[in-house]
Amino acid sequence: MAVRKNKYEMPEQKPKNRINNFNEVPYGYDEQTAIDEAKRCLQCKNKPCMQGCPVEIDIPGFIKCIADGDFDKAADVIKSKNSLPAVSGRVCPYEEQCEGLCTIKKIGEPVGIGRLERFIADYERKKGVKKPIKKKSTGKKTAIIGSGPAGLTCAGDLAKMGHEVTVFEAFHAPGGVLMYGIPEFRLPKEIVNAEVDYIKKLGVEIKYDVVVGKTISTEELLDEYDSVFIATGAGLPRFLNIPGENLDGVYSANEFLTRINMMKAYKFPEYDTPVKIGEVVATFGAGNVAMDSARTALRLGAKKSYIIYRRSDVEMPARNEEIQHAKEEGIIFKLLTNPIEFKGNDKGYLTQVKCIKMKLGDPDESGRRRPIPIPDSEEIINIDTAIIAIGQSPNPLIPQTMKKLKIQKWGNIETDEDGRTNIPGVFAGGDIATGAATVILAMGAGKRSARAMDEYMKTKIWPIKK
Amino acid sequence: MYPIVEKKKLSETVKLMKVKAPLVAKKAKAGQFIILRIDEKGERIPLTIADYNRNEGTVTIIFMEVGKTTKQLGTMIEGDNILNFAGPLGKSSEIENYGTVVCIGGGVGIAPLYPIIKALKEAGNYVICILGARDKSLLMLEEEISKNCDELHIATDDGSKGLKGFVSDVLQKLIDNDKKIDIVWAIGPVIMMKVVANLTKKYDIKTIVSLNPIMVDGTGMCGGCRVEVGGKTKFACVDGPEFDGHKVDFNNLMLRNRRFLRDEEEACKMHEETS
Ligand SMILES: Cc1cc2nc3c(=O)[nH]c(=O)nc-3n(C[C@H](O)[C@H](O)[C@H](O)COP(=O)(O)OP(=O)(O)OC[C@H]3O[C@@H](n4cnc5c(N)ncnc54)[C@H](O)[C@@H]3O)c2cc1C
Ligand code: FES
Repeated sequence: MAVRKNKYEMPEQKPKNRINNFNEVPYGYDEQTAIDEAKRCLQCKNKPCMQGCPVEIDIPGFIKCIADGDFDKAADVIKSKNSLPAVSGRVCPYEEQCEGLCTIKKIGEPVGIGRLERFIADYERKKGVKKPIKKKSTGKKTAIIGSGPAGLTCAGDLAKMGHEVTVFEAFHAPGGVLMYGIPEFRLPKEIVNAEVDYIKKLGVEIKYDVVVGKTISTEELLDEYDSVFIATGAGLPRFLNIPGENLDGVYSANEFLTRINMMKAYKFPEYDTPVKIGEVVATFGAGNVAMDSARTALRLGAKKSYIIYRRSDVEMPARNEEIQHAKEEGIIFKLLTNPIEFKGNDKGYLTQVKCIKMKLGDPDESGRRRPIPIPDSEEIINIDTAIIAIGQSPNPLIPQTMKKLKIQKWGNIETDEDGRTNIPGVFAGGDIATGAATVILAMGAGKRSARAMDEYMKTKIWPIKK
Repeated sequence: MYPIVEKKKLSETVKLMKVKAPLVAKKAKAGQFIILRIDEKGERIPLTIADYNRNEGTVTIIFMEVGKTTKQLGTMIEGDNILNFAGPLGKSSEIENYGTVVCIGGGVGIAPLYPIIKALKEAGNYVICILGARDKSLLMLEEEISKNCDELHIATDDGSKGLKGFVSDVLQKLIDNDKKIDIVWAIGPVIMMKVVANLTKKYDIKTIVSLNPIMVDGTGMCGGCRVEVGGKTKFACVDGPEFDGHKVDFNNLMLRNRRFLRDEEEACKMHEETS
């Protein structure tokens, strides 16, 4: 039988409805569609897709289980490698990873691996997650700093290995970017909480309101614990550094999204935290963070929501699905356009942004073509709110307070492949080590470090780097 | 959960609370602040540390009931729990022996000044304090402060206590009397800090102010607390809250502090209607 060329569609909310609510956009596959999609998989012997998976899931293995209708077994296969499948099944850039290497891509669309992962994770959650199996206690204690995907994954794996794990989190809620950054309509917080509950069931304790470096130092943790994993993420928002950026109405994407996602400002005044947007909102940048901000603005009632980006559409770093969804929802893309000044009225409220048109020159260090301003091409756009989403730098708090720790040029912590820093017993991973990257890479880093930490705690051997 | 172990009413709208938070108490230093959230639906607000006791594991906060959250906090009593209480945040004051220091506190700004006064006195400075408020009912910690300083001056807008006028008038007098002043600390309403900084700039007296912009996380993650200092954008929660008063753009701070005024009023009204 010939293979069907296209993925089975995943039903989703219609654009004109969904821009009025914060409910999740796709509904996910039903059982029959999942089985049909799973049957598209060729079960290649060399498993090319697996090479694209930072957490090494046996992809053809779990897909085979789905095709056979054994969803429980599929869940076991995934969970043996990935503690947070309901999250990665929603936010992974599959097209660049597993699906990008799928053999069927040669003739059509790859197998919907992400959709299938999501289906299994949701199936398992609805059914009630099984109590995980733990090894017997090793008597070793470990401290994880930060409860984003890197910290949670590392914590879960170490707990399964039988270690006593404590996570220290600066905020009042777990999840890092999963909680404060990625909006409800893309990753429901109920799902993040369920994933966190699973980690807690493994015996992991999460301590909130602990800002490591301030409330307690990393050195103090190292005295009390056998190893430490730093997973504090890339939380430092970058700004454009142009005139008028401190006017009322200009937010960093982090502030805007945190108010809405973590503090639930979209439910103000039931919740106490406010957020203010006007009729016209402009988001600067074209990554996932920018798409999330622009789409959130629409849901808060903006009449017009722009994405303003200095390069062209091929360079946009966001996931395809996000760009697609944003376009369907009516986000206006102004590409090859760069802001040069914000203007306000006499009360200090933002009223306009002045932009300049760009063209693309030769590739820069990132390999993308460098945008160059076109002289005399300025234009003024009237806006009420600006959201700056041009990237985040590694969180500087721990590097600043732990002087001996080796840091790289951009402020990220230097590590080897397994997350070892220059200080014995101290590991780091996720965005704090790589710079802003992806959920799955952060999870992969947490996984590798968990293995290395386990080995270190058992042997106390610290490989000396040349 | 962080229990309130003691509550005192300092005036009709100003309350003092001692909160059990051993980890914060252990590390707290003068000039730093905490972020608290009362309950699940609460917002995160910063409050400067007014005192701490490492043995008891308590941190003292003093606040004026101005917005929805501080009003709600004001209704809580001994034994109640605050859901989140994170800190100590921000940089601590740079305490050393400067010589003669003038510490100026306006209104509820007197509270965060108190630990700084104590620390400066302990460091061997000659400490002159100027406390100001609208009227005498809004003055606080007068007794505690008088025990920890060498000179105490008071100014009230209505003359109900001390000099009738502003703290800056007292400072001007000190300067006119040829008092040698090595450094000034000023904490209070933005307008007060601005006036003091403008005055000391004329005489080239170094002046430290403590800024109170709107915050969310308090850890440098959102940039909501950004202020302009010396033409550069700084995050008050991690780079401050204390800055060189001669370099701060106070007008921008006033403007940014008005950002959510209308929402704040709406929340307050809701709070009053429901409580
Ligand atoms: C809006 C947005 C959308 C995104 N969309 C996607 C997407 O669709 N797909 C994708 O793959 N990636 C996406 N990303 C990127 C992805 O979320 C990150 O790469 C990933 O979360 C990094 O994980 P982490 O564990 O390293 O750090 P984080 O998730 O940043 O977690 C760090 C945690 O550490 C805590 N912390 C920081 N400092 C301290 C301290 N001193 N003491 C204690 N705790 C501390 C923080 O509060 C936080 O909880 C997005 C990012 C954002 C902001
Ligand atoms: S309060 Fe968010 S960065 Fe300062």
